Amino acid sequence: MATILQKRSHNSIRGGENKTAWGLAMPALALIISFIVLPVVVGLGLAFTNAQLLSPTAPEFTGLSNFSTLLGVSTTTLKAEKNPDGSFVKDDKGEIVYENLRDRTREGSKYPNLIGKSEVKRFGENKEEGTIKVLLAGDPSFWRSLTNTLFFALVVVPIQGGFALLLALLVNSKLKGRNFFRTIYFIPTVTSMVVISMLWRFIYQNDGLLNKSISNVDSGYRPIDWLSNPKTAMYAIIFMSIWQAVGYHMIIWLGGLQTIPAELYEAVRMDGATAWHEFRYVTLPGLRHTFVFILITITIAALGLFVQVSILTNGGPLDSTTTLVHQAFTKGYGRQQIGYGSSISFVFFALVLVISLIQRAVTRKLED
Amino acid sequence: MKIFFKVAKYFLALFLAIFFAFPLVFMVVSSLKPDFNLLQDTGTYRAFLPVGPISFDNYLGVFDRIPFFMFVMNSLIVATITTVLGLIVNSMMGFALARMSFKGKNFIFAVIISTLILPFEVMAIPLLYLMVNLPVLSFSGGPHFTKGLFNNYQVQIVPFIASAVSIFLFMQYFKTLPKELDEAARVDGASWFLIYRRIAMPLAGPAIGTVSILTFLPMWNSYIWPVMTVQDERYRPIMVGLQYFYVNFGTAWGQIMAYLTLLTVPVVILFLSMQRFFVNSIATTGVKG
Repeated sequence: MATILQKRSHNSIRGGENKTAWGLAMPALALIISFIVLPVVVGLGLAFTNAQLLSPTAPEFTGLSNFSTLLGVSTTTLKAEKNPDGSFVKDDKGEIVYENLRDRTREGSKYPNLIGKSEVKRFGENKEEGTIKVLLAGDPSFWRSLTNTLFFALVVVPIQGGFALLLALLVNSKLKGRNFFRTIYFIPTVTSMVVISMLWRFIYQNDGLLNKSISNVDSGYRPIDWLSNPKTAMYAIIFMSIWQAVGYHMIIWLGGLQTIPAELYEAVRMDGATAWHEFRYVTLPGLRHTFVFILITITIAALGLFVQVSILTNGGPLDSTTTLVHQAFTKGYGRQQIGYGSSISFVFFALVLVISLIQRAVTRKLED
Repeated sequence: MKIFFKVAKYFLALFLAIFFAFPLVFMVVSSLKPDFNLLQDTGTYRAFLPVGPISFDNYLGVFDRIPFFMFVMNSLIVATITTVLGLIVNSMMGFALARMSFKGKNFIFAVIISTLILPFEVMAIPLLYLMVNLPVLSFSGGPHFTKGLFNNYQVQIVPFIASAVSIFLFMQYFKTLPKELDEAARVDGASWFLIYRRIAMPLAGPAIGTVSILTFLPMWNSYIWPVMTVQDERYRPIMVGLQYFYVNFGTAWGQIMAYLTLLTVPVVILFLSMQRFFVNSIATTGVKG
């Protein structure tokens, strides 16, 4: 109300404001529309085409075809091959041999919903009747990238957020040289992810820093090739990612800690509160807003995992570290299938949006 | 008991300092060693000490292998121009949003906010497609249109000038300036543009510092976008230069470490000398975001 009154009383000195304001806003607005809004709209459109990156022919509209490849999942049941006497054919290891799946997935097969799909896994084998079920997907790498991305986010968000809070509490406490420590903890954050990834590549490699250091302490240790082992590669990337980014969120927590008025601490101290009570009833409630911000920013960053993957493992071994963004780039840029890549980007965006909206809704209570 | 906690806390802080610093110490130290010694020292404390035959040979090797100074110039050109243009257009928009009332303000504000959480990864692929198919006015051999904006500085600069975060930071900052400032100037007959240029911008030092860092650093570190759009060596930025060492990977670790050191040291020096702005840049995005 006050601003409305103010506006009216100053009408005379605010002439020509519309024009000038648009003039000032125009350059940035034009750039944002051209290079952020337009690509998103175009990407949304391309997701329904077969566009290629460097193709002389114009992209064709292919409807939901990209999405049905991307999201398509089916199961089928294979029957055992039979010997002339009616018994099941078995291989050298005594396992039952089943019909060839290729006959169902290749062009022109009798199973139109299986054409072009690839095997993900077999399950539910019935040795008496000689049947086995097969799970197929249009793009198994996509599903792997989806689960990898969610796994990465689920591990990184709480650990990085918690670790960052610990660091913030440490450098916010009475500690000699705390500015020095804060600086050191923060340095990996300003260092390029490309540099960090190359460094850790050396640390993780077979005769690298990590393996040799362990060998020197434990002579019986057999070196693990951390990045070439499908069991360890993702954890190696997780560890490095947290090491790199935790300093950033330490600073954000620190900003939150410093907004808590000192009088609050003095008040509870007068009441004889222990350090834990202080933390539980003053510090934590004072960090609510920071918590929501950190939760959402780490989640969005974690879901976009890509650069370190592209340098450390390029998604491998066996798709064990591929992520949604990595898939979008591999398909869209690497294989030049812009249309298909855009459909992956679209799914990625939808995921980011849905998860942030859920987080917003769940944390609304904290925001007052 | 209290002493014990104090000592424990100090040890924890020290241990964490080692944890965060060791890869970078290793990088700098290793860049001074021949490959043989580098690998031999790995796994012992010697890996973190400049011991053995120390020299700058790896650095000379880097300058030999790649056009290092050209890459540095390219990165400086791209990062500086983006930062300067970004400061201009984003502060103008921020000023309009913070200090002026006009038709369509809410619309513009909605556009800015909705792009705020949009990760670059979402639009990178379609943006690449647009860039490849964009008609560009070319002046070589008479003005005419050619197709595709890539292999040059522009493709590395133009998409990154406008930034929702920078606009937001400028807007927040301009809002803190007292309203009387521009009202008084208006009464004296100053135009809005003059107020922006002569009153608001000279007072916006902290916001300018923060936005400069938030633009310059990612541009200096940018990797994926130039990998996709710049195949011509003459425009290649510094981070992409790392690809030259992928060939014969694992044989030239000393040179790789030297190159990584050369990439990192300027940024760390910049950080140490402008630490206040760095910390501000993050703390403000955190509190206001």
